[in-house]
Amino acid sequence: MADDETGARALLRKLIVQVDETRREMGRPVTPPTRRAVAIAVIANPYAGRYSENLDELIAIGEELGGLLGERCVAALGITPSQAQSYGKAAIVGEGGELEHAAALLHPKLGAPLRKAVEKGAALVPSAKKLGGIGAAIDVPLGHKDAAYVRSHFDAIEVRVSDAPRAGEIVVAVAVTASGRPLPRIGGLQAHEAKGEDGLH
Amino acid sequence: MIEIRRTVTWREEIYHEFGPPAARPLVRGAVAAVLANPYAGHYEQHILPMMEALGAVGLDMGRQLLNAMDVTAERIESYGKGAIVGGAGELEHGALWHVPGGYAMRELLGWTNDGGAGRGQPSGQPSGPASAPTGGAASGQPSGQPSGQAAGQADAQATAQARKGNALAIVPSTKKVGPPGATLDVPLTHINASYVRGHFDTFSVTVPGAPAADELVVILVMAAGGRIHQRVGGLAASAISRWDGLR
Repeated sequence: MADDETGARALLRKLIVQVDETRREMGRPVTPPTRRAVAIAVIANPYAGRYSENLDELIAIGEELGGLLGERCVAALGITPSQAQSYGKAAIVGEGGELEHAAALLHPKLGAPLRKAVEKGAALVPSAKKLGGIGAAIDVPLGHKDAAYVRSHFDAIEVRVSDAPRAGEIVVAVAVTASGRPLPRIGGLQAHEAKGEDGLH
Repeated sequence: MIEIRRTVTWREEIYHEFGPPAARPLVRGAVAAVLANPYAGHYEQHILPMMEALGAVGLDMGRQLLNAMDVTAERIESYGKGAIVGGAGELEHGALWHVPGGYAMRELLGWTNDGGAGRGQPSGQPSGPASAPTGGAASGQPSGQPSGQAAGQADAQATAQARKGNALAIVPSTKKVGPPGATLDVPLTHINASYVRGHFDTFSVTVPGAPAADELVVILVMAAGGRIHQRVGGLAASAISRWDGLR
């Protein structure tokens, strides 16, 4: 673990935490304000510029980042892990890489340490990925962490890093919120009704 | 008059930019507040009441930014500010941010312009009937200078005078009218000497979805150091000598 950590940290160029708080929407107060955090890592892509059948390095980095970025979000929101309500993840691969590199980061191992950072997390972590140039934006999807069908928590956070990804880099984002959308009113499963057992309801 | 709809903060840790990793990562941060623009949709001659009302907003935002950056005020080495005006407003509405945004940050960083000539037009403390001169300061000679007093005196005396405080330099700024999601490149310069070359920097701020046509986005930016691999010479922060806000 220590070795993995050192390896992943060495690849990190930037670490950014963005927090947004919505106090009013359409002229109405949002009480309490909705609060969302997204932590973003800019890392070197060890496979840029070449085809590699094996993507284990990125899988290991994904595991490292799931915990690091998840913890940063929770800290920035000033909440306890159990107070986290929804989450999501995304990656933008610079032009020297391929889409599968984002998949290697996001899917095999990022989720477990992220769930630890937010306590529980029975639901799938919704995700988005793409190739993009410097300053590209990506919309990180959000879903309730324990019950994917909670309708008030479907949302997205737009993220961009002005100088990344360079061709040989990947931007990795993990979002965690302390709330659903402001003024949710389209029915469906409510957060307080969710059982949180099967990850869906 | 002040109706804040959203706030966004950013904290960046920069480890390297393909050069030697820094011993301590550079920490930069920004805060943006999305406000209703009370003057959207019509020409309003008298806009200074909003400038005064923004003073308290600036101080709140400055504190929020330091908190989000998780650094003490003593570690801040550079700063900047900016505003994006939604499409139903005019550029002049963005100019309202010069005085309250600049003075808010400077006060939080230890600026003490107590030289007897009054405090210029400090952050939002309603300066009573000072509206007319305040307007002049906003457009012509923006917030920045700690009065010409320190610069005009003998070096030793000026140094002693000026170094009572901190944040002596003008706060650089940009502003524009823009659509929702517009990106503003906010300039950064050293807080005590604008000519410190290693601290010329830029922070790009985008608030997704804002400003709406009838909104303003006001922005403060701070950094705990200069560029991560700065090496183009010029005045070094360690060589500031005049304490006049410039060199």
